[in-house]
Amino acid sequence: MTLRDFVGDPFVRRGARDMLAFAPGLTAWGLVTGVAMTQSGLGVGLALLMSLTVYAGSAQLASLPLLATNAPMWVVWASAFCVNLRFVIFSAQWRVHLGHLSRGRRLLLGYALADLNLLAFQKAWPAGTREPGQARYAAGGAVAVWLVWQGSSVAGIVLSSFVPMHWGLGFAGTLSMLGFAYSLLTDRGAWLAATISATAAVAAFALPLKLNILVAIAAAVAASAVVARAGRGAPRPSEVP
Amino acid sequence: MTTPLDWTHAAATILGMAAVTVIARGFFLFREREPKIPPALQRALQVAPLAAIVAVLAPEIFLTHGELLATWRDARLPAAAAATAFYAWRPGMLGPLLAGMAVYLPLRLALGWTG
Repeated sequence: MTLRDFVGDPFVRRGARDMLAFAPGLTAWGLVTGVAMTQSGLGVGLALLMSLTVYAGSAQLASLPLLATNAPMWVVWASAFCVNLRFVIFSAQWRVHLGHLSRGRRLLLGYALADLNLLAFQKAWPAGTREPGQARYAAGGAVAVWLVWQGSSVAGIVLSSFVPMHWGLGFAGTLSMLGFAYSLLTDRGAWLAATISATAAVAAFALPLKLNILVAIAAAVAASAVVARAGRGAPRPSEVP
Repeated sequence: MTTPLDWTHAAATILGMAAVTVIARGFFLFREREPKIPPALQRALQVAPLAAIVAVLAPEIFLTHGELLATWRDARLPAAAAATAFYAWRPGMLGPLLAGMAVYLPLRLALGWTG
């Protein structure tokens, strides 16, 4: 597929368009991450290297205090893996949709697919089965998120002293993602998962390395499995009174 | 002051972190054989991404330094309420962001609320 074919493909375009709706929130979080990297003492060069290669915001932020004290490499890598554990779960879901690609393409695409990509993907392809066009949809979304995130992150790195952090930019990203989270609460199963996850994430916040997020995912997945087994599974939106 | 950063050590550590991203995001994509995941678990896993984003957002709104908010004079609660109200009126992402920040910034910058 040539670049022109790729850019003109309707699935690629739809994937990119769906992800561009996240641009305001992503930009806010990207700027904050860029500023945090530079100001942690990494300096512009290492911050750029980190942004362009690691491409995992939460793991990047978690590594900054460790890097600043010259912690051993394996400590930083183990920490990054813990923070990234949710992606291990997500990769099992991507496998359903990308399994027909070559290994090289699976890994390249997998590397570029972040949390928001999977959320938007699930919304666009709710059946949860492999369908034609899905890999191109995912690739279009991956390119869009990459461009928006790297653009804002690099801007944050280079302009770190000019970004008004006291305006609460990070919270602006949170508010915009809150709007998206509401849009996912389409049935009782989703409400149940969100309520349990929020409660567990707050209750387990004291855990290190963002492991509270993993606890919250495990609690929500377990709850939805139990509810499904009880035969009172999440009704379809049309069945909600 | 902390010890100065060892540039080579830091750069190597960062490149290793990039490999960690590849490993985590490609965990079940690497093997040629499709992983055998029980269908019931596969269905239950559908809620994992929603659970993950909610788990990121909830502490950002309700916690400060790892503790539940001890004061109502925290700009995040009314801002989240404004964003929620805006979403109920006009669903989307930019609208709730702007509505929330229109409440958040004055409370924080003019009235000195926490957040």
